[in-house]
Amino acid sequence: MRVDEYLRERLKRKRICLMTHIIVGYPSFEANLKALEIMAENDVDVVEIQMPFSEPIADGPIFVRANQMSLQRGTTVDQYFRFMEKATARFDFPLLMMGYYNPVFKMGEANFLDRLQSSGGRGFIIPDLPIEEGRNLFDRAKQKGLAAIPLMTPSSTEQRLKELGKAGSGFVYVVARKGVTGEHTKFEDDFADYVQKCRRATELPLAVGFGISQKQDLDFLVNHVEMAIIGTRILEIWENNGEEGLQAFLQEIKQYLERLC
Amino acid sequence: MDLFKFEHGREGYYGEFGGAFIPEILRSPIMELRQALQAAKDDPTFWSEFVALMKTYSGRPTPITYLENLTKYLGGGRIYVKREDLNHTGAHKVNNVMGQGLIAKRLGKTRIIAETGAGQHGVATATMAARFGFECVIYMGEEDVRRQRPNVFWMEQLGAQVVPVRDGSKTLKDAINEAMRDWVTNFDTTHYVLGTVCGPHPFPEMVAWFQSIIGREAREQMIQIAGELPCRVYACVGGGSNAIGIFQGFLDDPVELVAVEAGGKGLQSSKHAARLASNHGSVGVAQGYKTYFLQNEDGQMLDTYSVAAGLDYIGVSPIFSYLAQIGRVRFEAATDEEVVAAFQLVMKKEGLIPALESAHAFALALKEVPKMKPEETILINQSGRGDKDIFTVAEALSDKNWKEFIKQRAKNYES
Ligand SMILES: Cc1ncc(COP(=O)(O)O)c(C=O)c1O
Repeated sequence: MRVDEYLRERLKRKRICLMTHIIVGYPSFEANLKALEIMAENDVDVVEIQMPFSEPIADGPIFVRANQMSLQRGTTVDQYFRFMEKATARFDFPLLMMGYYNPVFKMGEANFLDRLQSSGGRGFIIPDLPIEEGRNLFDRAKQKGLAAIPLMTPSSTEQRLKELGKAGSGFVYVVARKGVTGEHTKFEDDFADYVQKCRRATELPLAVGFGISQKQDLDFLVNHVEMAIIGTRILEIWENNGEEGLQAFLQEIKQYLERLC
Repeated sequence: MDLFKFEHGREGYYGEFGGAFIPEILRSPIMELRQALQAAKDDPTFWSEFVALMKTYSGRPTPITYLENLTKYLGGGRIYVKREDLNHTGAHKVNNVMGQGLIAKRLGKTRIIAETGAGQHGVATATMAARFGFECVIYMGEEDVRRQRPNVFWMEQLGAQVVPVRDGSKTLKDAINEAMRDWVTNFDTTHYVLGTVCGPHPFPEMVAWFQSIIGREAREQMIQIAGELPCRVYACVGGGSNAIGIFQGFLDDPVELVAVEAGGKGLQSSKHAARLASNHGSVGVAQGYKTYFLQNEDGQMLDTYSVAAGLDYIGVSPIFSYLAQIGRVRFEAATDEEVVAAFQLVMKKEGLIPALESAHAFALALKEVPKMKPEETILINQSGRGDKDIFTVAEALSDKNWKEFIKQRAKNYES
């Protein structure tokens, strides 16, 4: 099943889906697996698993440091895909590659898509690859049934939103605000207008990310989009409160969402 | 040769290099900047406004100096030097910075950010911000803050906020990442003054355009002073801005263009920053553009090394990857040891104090000039002056009196 179909299927029994994030190799592969287990137990719908990169220009400080620590511990692209393989064999939710373009460029786009598919990955999010530069990769991914996820932003014109919508597949990553990952986003009135503009630009499900850190943020999103994305907050919780912390946080979110139904 | 006549749909590409690999959120400020640059280039008054500003504020045109003593001492070709060190703030960096300041004004921005390695670009930017009345934040790797403290002091005195960057190798590339992150957040009010001919389109084009003032002047001056064009032009290359600046004066002439990268502890060691002169560089995409980088097989950037902070960078201008590929520019490297020796020789024989970066161009030129004929001439770009390097040089030379002085000073602060 394609990722967009999967999401629509899930939405038959819940009001909004949830995507979470891990950085492979940080704090360790074992911790990554444990985190995925907790995510699976708590009904997370999609997980983006980040391939660490030395120059993560779109990431905030917490992710930057995690990228760096993972690389310092020797994480390689090969290990990344082996982890992906192991994880997709074990868990039901779709896993997406998230990362920067250079490692993809170095291994070759065709090779990357093959390896992603054979590892069970269902698509990719590459924030430093604009659709113009990524045209081949996006098209080939679509042919293979992989999700090539574009990012829409508050500074995109309507014309641009349409181009982005057309280029992508799976769903659209709607960036909640200007800036990098990690800081908290306040969802204000003009956000609804912005989401409406994105909605008009594509048939694909919309997922909102950047700065979602508490269950109250979901109140707003439930009525507007198909999926919420929680990234940095999860890593922060893992670093500060470990397994139990993540378990408690995701459980709370899960219960909150169940009550919203 | 028009470097900036892009094919339709290939804007910002120099052969296979360049482009704009940016997060989608940066598309609107990048498009805004492209339009502003194009408008400035199409506006005949803009360039003259820029030249006038440089004349009355920075001391342009900078002269060309004939190095008679060194020429006699080395034998071989005659040596001329373009004196970018005589610019206000002590380096070529100010050309680009004042130009971008004018662009930022046109865009109605009120805040300026920049990254800096050696600190020269930071000082130039802080100076421009003070002069134009912009708020100013400078990102600088923590390691560079440590190496170039005098420049940090000046930036702060000029009213800029200097933010030490503690990620990665704590050098220039990390400062660029951090500046990008600021820009992503604040582009409504903020212009990012990138310091070299790298980064996403239109930065390479814009920086090259402003730096071309060096080459335009130099070509005319060589004809006036030496009566002919030089046989060769030498310039150091960190990102490549001073080199592309001077080379643009001679691209269409039968002049050999020689670019000198940081050879650090030698190209056999892994401690250098020679992306095109060594065979350790490979094509990649990072920091917004495609070029040669020092990176591993997975595409992770490697640590670089140079005694000169301004050359210590993982990437190189996409314009240079192209010019090297088509054979228009010859790439070489000079080691730290050769650089310090050249630096001393130039000081002793000519009383010039080149920046350690510029001393790379000298090191290679002085090595090659004895093999040339007396009727041949060379031109070296002295991109900046060496005052800022006093700590590094004194350390490299292990100067006893200087060490004693520092110890004494430190003691004074303790009591
Ligand atoms: C004096 C001087 N020369 C050269 C450079 C290298 O920059 P580029 O290669 O862009 O000219 C620097 C950078 O800080 C510098 O300060």
